[in-house]
Amino acid sequence: MSALHIKKGATKHSAYNLRPSFSDVQERHTLAVLVENEPGVLARVIGLFSGRGYNIESLTVAEVDHTGHRSRITIVTTGTPQVIEQIKAQLGRIVPVHEVHDLTVEGPSVERELAMLKVVSDGEKRVEALRLADIFRANVVDSTLGSFVFEITGAPDKIDAFADLMRPLGLAEIARTGVAALLRGE
Amino acid sequence: MTREMTGAKMVVQALKDQGVDTVFGYPGGAVLPIYDEIFQQNDIRHILVRHEQGAVHAAEGYARSTGKPGVVLVTSGPGATNAVTGLTDALMDSIPLVVLTGQVPTFLIGSDAFQEADTVGITRPCTKHNWLVKDPDALSATIHEAFHVATAGRPGPVLIDIPKDVQFAAGTYSAPKPSTSHYQPRVKGDLEEITELVAAIEKAKRPVFYTGGGVINSGPAASQLLRELVEATGFPITSTLMGLGAYPASGRNWLGMLGMHGLYEANMAMHGCDLMIAIGSRFDDRITGRIDAFSPKSIKAHIDIDPSSINKVIKADIPIVGDVAHVLEDILKVWKARGRKTNAEAVSKWQSQIGDWRKINCLAFTGSDKTIKPQYALQRLEALTKDHDRYITTEVGQHQMWAAQFLNFEDPNRWMTSGGLGTMGYGFPASIGVQMAHPDALVINVAGEASWLMNMQEMGTAVQFRLPVKQFILNNERLGMVRQWQELLHGERYSHSWSEALPDFVKLAEAFGAKGIICKDPADLDDAIMEMINYDGPVIFDCLVEKHENCFPMIPSGKAHNEMLLGEAETQGVIDTQGAALV
Ligand SMILES: Cc1ncc(C[n+]2csc(CCOP(=O)(O)OP(=O)(O)O)c2C)c(N)n1
Ligand SMILES: [Mg+2]
Repeated sequence: MSALHIKKGATKHSAYNLRPSFSDVQERHTLAVLVENEPGVLARVIGLFSGRGYNIESLTVAEVDHTGHRSRITIVTTGTPQVIEQIKAQLGRIVPVHEVHDLTVEGPSVERELAMLKVVSDGEKRVEALRLADIFRANVVDSTLGSFVFEITGAPDKIDAFADLMRPLGLAEIARTGVAALLRGE
Repeated sequence: MTREMTGAKMVVQALKDQGVDTVFGYPGGAVLPIYDEIFQQNDIRHILVRHEQGAVHAAEGYARSTGKPGVVLVTSGPGATNAVTGLTDALMDSIPLVVLTGQVPTFLIGSDAFQEADTVGITRPCTKHNWLVKDPDALSATIHEAFHVATAGRPGPVLIDIPKDVQFAAGTYSAPKPSTSHYQPRVKGDLEEITELVAAIEKAKRPVFYTGGGVINSGPAASQLLRELVEATGFPITSTLMGLGAYPASGRNWLGMLGMHGLYEANMAMHGCDLMIAIGSRFDDRITGRIDAFSPKSIKAHIDIDPSSINKVIKADIPIVGDVAHVLEDILKVWKARGRKTNAEAVSKWQSQIGDWRKINCLAFTGSDKTIKPQYALQRLEALTKDHDRYITTEVGQHQMWAAQFLNFEDPNRWMTSGGLGTMGYGFPASIGVQMAHPDALVINVAGEASWLMNMQEMGTAVQFRLPVKQFILNNERLGMVRQWQELLHGERYSHSWSEALPDFVKLAEAFGAKGIICKDPADLDDAIMEMINYDGPVIFDCLVEKHENCFPMIPSGKAHNEMLLGEAETQGVIDTQGAALV
């Protein structure tokens, strides 16, 4: 078994399947990194990305196992296949990192993000915003006579689409959590 | 076994339990409790350096010449920041170190207290791992874990930041026990991949071993197994700067060092091989030259304990993650079990091709009876010291490359040089660390005058601790390597690349209470070197050498292995035809 607790051969891209198949195509990958929940561990992960010039599109982190001191960091990154392989290997090298999973290749996986959008408008626009929110299954979590705060959950592109629609309708502020992701099935 | 004691006492106890005999350090307010404990015991020797950078390089020298982790103790703030260059150096060259820093008391952290620095923040990217210990009960376990992390897998420097109140507080000490940490890098290589490599070994017509510092880090068994494999297969072998000594320079398959200032035959063999077996080497840009022209026709096998080394720069056709010694052992087993086959006929043709490259005599230089050529100085140093129990350290520059070219290393752990970071100022303190570990050995730092000045304050350390280190300075009154690049690549505009206002090194030695020797006539050189060797104490040897000598061969940055500049050995046509034959 690998030090990363990834079953060898489980995926053709596991950190120990180092057979290269490199191309210049930019790929988007979602990585799940299980880490020891100790001070500085997030700084190590972020420092790795900034220090080595890798991209972070989205990053979320929270403790997932209190007694076992584990946090799960979900990172969405882009790069050529070679860069993605390097990122995984470099992550695996950080001492408090227990496991690195590439959900994009180990998948299929489900990705969800939560966003809150404040829309400030009145008249027709306000009605239209509410109507669209309904279609997107966004909830109203705060409202005044001149504003709504919508809460929406979904894949990042769904949130993008919703935000695009809200922009002409008075979108004033948006807060997004970043992606959380899990493999489907058992 | 557990017992109650103060944090400071735990530090010393943990070091003892880890088998530490030497600590390189410098005191200050935030480590006073630990220094108090050091004062009250005799098992651990503390070497007071003159600058914290020196402490870290000395610990590196100690570690590289013994295979044991080096230990450093410095204070908070400036003590810790002064250690940063050494930490980065050790990280780049994979040298195991445990560095202990004092920190302001926990209740002052974050208040910009006197001599407070965010040490774990500053050193996070230049350590393999680091810890800030706020709980005295966690201190001993953290120190034991630090030794495990520093030495397990790919070695590297670790740092433990210990606030002063934790040093004073009482807590429970626990003795080292086998590591239960999840950090257990795998050491055994995958047998399928090893078998694939063996099959490639059996078929190869133009094989080459390309070995690096990982062989030395893996321990003496790795060097032994490497020698066995090289002898049994009859394949030629080259090594990086970091790996010199793993295979003996006198060995019949030795090609010499490769890379930017490597030997012609070594680089040509890399360029023309059909099977490259990389062992504990990492395809640094000083090795590969232009990537897209790097060894275009070879199958590349890469053995490394660090998965991130594989495919980082060069695609590996046969990747093997594991410890060098373990993997070599399995390669030998499988290869023997399958009948010890090689394509002997093709390999002997390949060896004779290599023999032709050797004839170019790429290290040739024009001698002189008026000035000392740096290459000649090293040839004489080699001749007069090779039978000694000898350890060499170097600074960084031309002298370093000439030392790698002209000194021969028969065993691992005898050659300490700053490879990855290229740190001027490394060699002198490193020589002190080596001499501490090997009190009776002949320890020589081959230095350039400019590098040497960067940590010259360590003369005080050498004299105080009666460490007979020999500082062999090839004094060209130039930042020679910078000057060479300016000559070759910047239109001979020598911008700030000469050493002015140099001290009188003989008087400098004497001012410290050491011996100074100056030599400028080739005819006096042997006697002067003998005087240095025979003097029982530290020596500064000011060897005035030719000022404008260039270091060849040289692969200019961005060029391929077969585009080497050969200097004196260059014979127009030879490179072209020979090179063309293989490209
Ligand atoms: C700390 C540091 N600063 C700058 C450099 C860049 N550098 C590389 S070699 C060199 C010149 C070294 O001169 P010297 O020690 O006299 O050696 P020489 O090349 O003359 O043999 C310089 C400045 C470096 N490697 N390290
Ligand atoms: Mg010089």
